[in-house]
Amino acid sequence: MSEEVLVKAEGVSKRFCRSLKRSLWYGVQDIGNELIGRKGDQGTLRKNEFWAVNNITFELKRGQCLGLIGPNGAGKSTLLKMLNGLIKPDQGHITMRGRVGALIELGAGFNPILTARENIYVNGSILGFSKKEIDHKFDAILDFAELEEFVDTPVQNFSSGMKVRLGFSIAAQMEPDILIIDEVLAVGDVGFVAKCFGFISQLLPTCAVIFVSHSMPNISRICSRVLVIDGGRAVYAGADVSKGIETFFSRFQLSGHTTTYSSSKAMVKRVEIEGAGQGETLVLKYGDDFKLHVFCFVDAEIHEFSMNLLIFDQSQNGIIFASSYYAEDKLINRSEHNHIVVDLGKVCLKSGIYSIDISITDRNMIDLLAQVKGIAQFQVNSTFTGYAPVQLQGVWKNISDRAN
Amino acid sequence: MKRILKETVYTPDSELLSFGELLRSMGRDLLASRELAWRLLVRNINAQYRQSFLGYFWAFIPPLFTTVIWIFLNSQKILDVGDTGMPYPLFVLTGTVLWQTFADALESPLKIVSESKSMLAKINFPREALILTSIGQVVFNFAIRLVLLIGAFAWYSVEPSPTILLVPLGILSMILLGTMVGLLLTPIGILYQDVGKAIAIGTQAWFFLTPVIYPMPQASWAQTLVGLNPVTPLLQTTREWLITGHATQLYGFIWISAASMVLLFCGWVLYRIAMPHLIARMSA
Repeated sequence: MSEEVLVKAEGVSKRFCRSLKRSLWYGVQDIGNELIGRKGDQGTLRKNEFWAVNNITFELKRGQCLGLIGPNGAGKSTLLKMLNGLIKPDQGHITMRGRVGALIELGAGFNPILTARENIYVNGSILGFSKKEIDHKFDAILDFAELEEFVDTPVQNFSSGMKVRLGFSIAAQMEPDILIIDEVLAVGDVGFVAKCFGFISQLLPTCAVIFVSHSMPNISRICSRVLVIDGGRAVYAGADVSKGIETFFSRFQLSGHTTTYSSSKAMVKRVEIEGAGQGETLVLKYGDDFKLHVFCFVDAEIHEFSMNLLIFDQSQNGIIFASSYYAEDKLINRSEHNHIVVDLGKVCLKSGIYSIDISITDRNMIDLLAQVKGIAQFQVNSTFTGYAPVQLQGVWKNISDRAN
Repeated sequence: MKRILKETVYTPDSELLSFGELLRSMGRDLLASRELAWRLLVRNINAQYRQSFLGYFWAFIPPLFTTVIWIFLNSQKILDVGDTGMPYPLFVLTGTVLWQTFADALESPLKIVSESKSMLAKINFPREALILTSIGQVVFNFAIRLVLLIGAFAWYSVEPSPTILLVPLGILSMILLGTMVGLLLTPIGILYQDVGKAIAIGTQAWFFLTPVIYPMPQASWAQTLVGLNPVTPLLQTTREWLITGHATQLYGFIWISAASMVLLFCGWVLYRIAMPHLIARMSA
């Protein structure tokens, strides 16, 4: 493991102005200050200003990948622009060592009416390649983008995904020491995104990577540490990626997001989890028994009904589905007094916060009678730190006969 | 073997405080931007007329059109400019082509930087490339109009003076002066759109204060006014080199060219140190 520090940010801050008119005038002032040789930090906020990035400090060594996460408007892009030298910090100090490759906006400088071939040369030059280098890499670029047949098509006829492909493929030819990636893969198709991740993983050992994404699976997949920022401030910084992601999700108020649908024929009253305590957040440990109690009302006319259960993680990905219909367990109606228990075995989820949806249907799962989304939330604490949602211990054995 | 990594430090301090470092990086970036500037120039020229049927024909239209109008006004005695020492159409055409080159150079920096906003706000490339592209484009447009001039000289069978060899120097001076003014106005022009509009109107007024369509006036106050105009010696001298071979304002030509070069350098420094503050205010 190399110990070279490639990126160092110390107490970096940047102020922005909310009003356009004022912002322009401050721009004139800032340029004036440059001309008179201003020195040192700009400590005060002028009228209508706020700290878009506030006192951020971190260090990144070669071989490390920093996930930069935070809600919209948290200051991520502003921080990246400062790291890339596009804008100056108002306070603090940034030291970047080595070649910086930034995948911020792919295909910037593409001219829509020029062909892909022409644009590869233009975009390549913008990224700092010489004509010779591009000649040399031209086939590799087209090959990576898988756009050989469109090489002489004007880029305006490309779909947004194709443009990103082309842009990424050109940028991928850089051999950076520091790689900055800002949420650029959102429009690529699955195959291409997988390819890009493969490429980034290849670069990882020789690079310091800063990765901005709203996709937590991607973050936990490639990042070795995270920096969570909100309102310009660092709210978490460290090597515990899942803790960072939890901190990120805790910035959003998930509780109270209950949406209820009840026909006159049924109603879900409440859900309890055995051994998880009471109140706002129910807490479970990995390996605990996982038993849910659901209290509900179903109209007396209905003799038998089915119940379904869905468990979501914080990114609203469905993790667990269970249904009495598929289990072929008959739920005979007790009208006001239905108390259903469902045994889900042991808790096998990774650490995180989960929410539960319950729905009641008729016996054959055709008519929806009642549904509550987010009726309960629970937290799982686990010593596992893998990135997949379901974590099994498994039973491991070497069954080879041979001693050696 | 270990490479020595280039270290870049970003601080809130003004870049002027480390002037030596600023000069070094300006020189480095200028060298590094040559190839990019060439690419951008080729891109812009290629794209310029690709979506048009008549193509490069459009490049000839503005100077031809202006020339025809003034020839008409003069021939009908609506406007009498007096003796120009050469066929009036030739006089107007050379004047217009030279003036248009200056006006192009004046408008071009702000235009190119505005068009490149999204690139500037996202990619750290040597910013000098845009200035070089701007100059390149002006030179290219001039080259196209040169075809018109050559045609006109042939038509009137005017034999150019041997001083024609100095003409490129004159053109260069006019481009430098225009680029200098344009570049000095660019930072504020990116912030406030007023500047772009003012340039458009100002250039028109400036046109009439320059001996483009009329010879150097003899009347007192008009002469002073036109004489104070820095474009006058450049345009006059270049035209004289082209046709009569006798430069009447050589002294003015030399010192204005020298001053433009010094101020162009100041404009370049301003452009560089203003850029981060401009980008912070560009929509991206």
